[in-house]
Amino acid sequence: MKSIYKKPISLNGVHTHYCTGCGHGLVHRLIAEVIDELKIRERTIGIAPVGCAVLAYDYWNFDVTEAAHGRPLAVATGIKRVQPDKIVFTYQGDGDLASIGANETIHAANRGENLTVIFINNGVYGMTGGQMAPTTLMGQKTTTTKLGRDHKLHGFPLPLLDMLKVLDGVCYLERRSLFSPAEVIKAKKAISKSFINQIDGLGFSMVEILSPCPTHWKMSSLECLTWIEKEVTKTYPVERVK
Amino acid sequence: MKVKLVIKRDFCKSCGFCIHFCPKNVLKLDNNLNKLGVLPVCVDDESKCIGCGQCALMCPEACIEIYKEE
Amino acid sequence: MKRRTLISGNEAFAEAAIRAGCGFYAGYPITPQNELIEYMSRRMIAEGKVFVQAESELASINMIFGASLSGVRCMTSSSSPGISLMQEGISYLAGCELPAVIVNVMRGGPGLGNIAPSQADYFQSTRGGGHGDYRTIVLAPSTVAEIVKLTPLAFELADKYRNVVLLLGDGILGQMMEAVDEDLFDIKTKEYPKPWALRGCEGRAPQSIKSLYLAPGALEEVNLRLEAKYNQIREEEVRYQELIDKNTRVVLVAYGTVARLCRGVIRKLRSENINVGLFRPITLWPFPNQRLSEISKTVKKFLVLEMSTGQMIDDVRIVLDRSAEIEFLGRTGGSIFSEDEIIAKIKKMLKIK
Repeated sequence: MKSIYKKPISLNGVHTHYCTGCGHGLVHRLIAEVIDELKIRERTIGIAPVGCAVLAYDYWNFDVTEAAHGRPLAVATGIKRVQPDKIVFTYQGDGDLASIGANETIHAANRGENLTVIFINNGVYGMTGGQMAPTTLMGQKTTTTKLGRDHKLHGFPLPLLDMLKVLDGVCYLERRSLFSPAEVIKAKKAISKSFINQIDGLGFSMVEILSPCPTHWKMSSLECLTWIEKEVTKTYPVERVK
Repeated sequence: MKVKLVIKRDFCKSCGFCIHFCPKNVLKLDNNLNKLGVLPVCVDDESKCIGCGQCALMCPEACIEIYKEE
Repeated sequence: MKRRTLISGNEAFAEAAIRAGCGFYAGYPITPQNELIEYMSRRMIAEGKVFVQAESELASINMIFGASLSGVRCMTSSSSPGISLMQEGISYLAGCELPAVIVNVMRGGPGLGNIAPSQADYFQSTRGGGHGDYRTIVLAPSTVAEIVKLTPLAFELADKYRNVVLLLGDGILGQMMEAVDEDLFDIKTKEYPKPWALRGCEGRAPQSIKSLYLAPGALEEVNLRLEAKYNQIREEEVRYQELIDKNTRVVLVAYGTVARLCRGVIRKLRSENINVGLFRPITLWPFPNQRLSEISKTVKKFLVLEMSTGQMIDDVRIVLDRSAEIEFLGRTGGSIFSEDEIIAKIKKMLKIK
């Protein structure tokens, strides 16, 4: 029997704590597939964020550490600078990367650190119960924007990738999503490219992935995919940014 | 080409992505709960499967594996 | 005559660290330790090691986290406000048992304070300014030569116990230049294997370094194991210096720059036949409780001196309360003692005109 699809070695294949339909599980799997395909499992070091994906070190089958909230890119800088031959990537949610860790993100990008960043944009703080995140859409209801996000009170959705685009240290920025098989395939391609850039020493690469959060969006898993396709992409268009 | 689907029934969280995106309606929700207390995916008619892999592609739990006999 | 070199405290911290095998330094400018980061920016690159000027002290300590988990000896430095920004990172280093050396060239506080010398970070350093049960080893040099001796020791203790080690200087010690014997820089340190480091799982099972323990009782188990380590450090790593003899009538308890000032006071009072002793903790944590208690069997008067409104005195009271007369004299906000005011205080304690 020849396999058409098998679980990647870089994924432990244990039961995950993620909710039904959550995008984290899917992106974990894509990353694991890319790491297998590029044959870099034994020299990859991942950095998990604080957030729903904090337990990522239980799910990947390679060395992983866990940084303080917002600090993965500073930790990654420390690791990569002393282990330039290793493949170092951070996996961060929108709160971790674009809110508390925005300064670390901007400066790691501006230094052109040869790193890979996987940025999960699901519009809320998942682990803490669904509060507003920097990427919460205008009018979107969360536990801290009960009447919907209002820029007079809560400011605007943060276009992080477009901000980073102007930094010379940044080599590659792409925003993908998970709302269909075609999109998932493109997401995997972008993830692969962001790792290949690092292998080739081309500098700072980040892939933002629009990801479903059924529990806090209060939608079914499939409704989330439609919501992303129809609504989220209006604020966060799925495109190659740099 | 004969295709075989291997599903880790107790890992499925019943999100329905695989069923929705299968172009040949090979999959459906089982009637019996799994260990997680949800109705997991199960194979409705394996003969219709063309081995496109979209179910595995969309699965957040990596609980679908696909094999084919030459 | 031995060859000697004139070097400032800040630069002595830096050079001694490099000679001790420091492979990664990350830091951020802050007076009064700017010379340390400047020196590192030149010398680390020249030695083929890694230097990063970070965007903040907060980023610096997290870069240290990354270099340390890679198994590389690493150091950061700052001054009081910057060290406050590092407290969360220090707690994470403790939770993950990652070795690191941190230099704090203390300045006047609280708040923006000033850039003059101070010792008012004693509580933050010895009690821990971050969250959770953890301890950091705290070493307090009082001369530039001692900086060159204690910095390598800091790296050794950090690796030996997989622990954060703080080196406390102050604005005077950092800025002051002194002649130091050049052979002091021929530094050899003990190396410790680091199988726990994350260097890619080639040839072994994947490892993780983390401080999240959600399962009931799991974190308690970790913390009790850490407490056993801290007890071992309390047993084995106490260091101090003393100038006490059987005729000593008052013991001055001071560390760092203030201890040097006390030496001048002691010499002056010796010339007036007033025998005053000095007890100088070198490890502020673990604090030298035992020895202080032994001394109080023979000497009954202690004067604690600190550039603060009174912090180390708490540790002295813990040991000596009710078994000796303990007085405190402090200068704060960056102000420094004069010898006369110390002498006046001692004479008052001894009821001498």
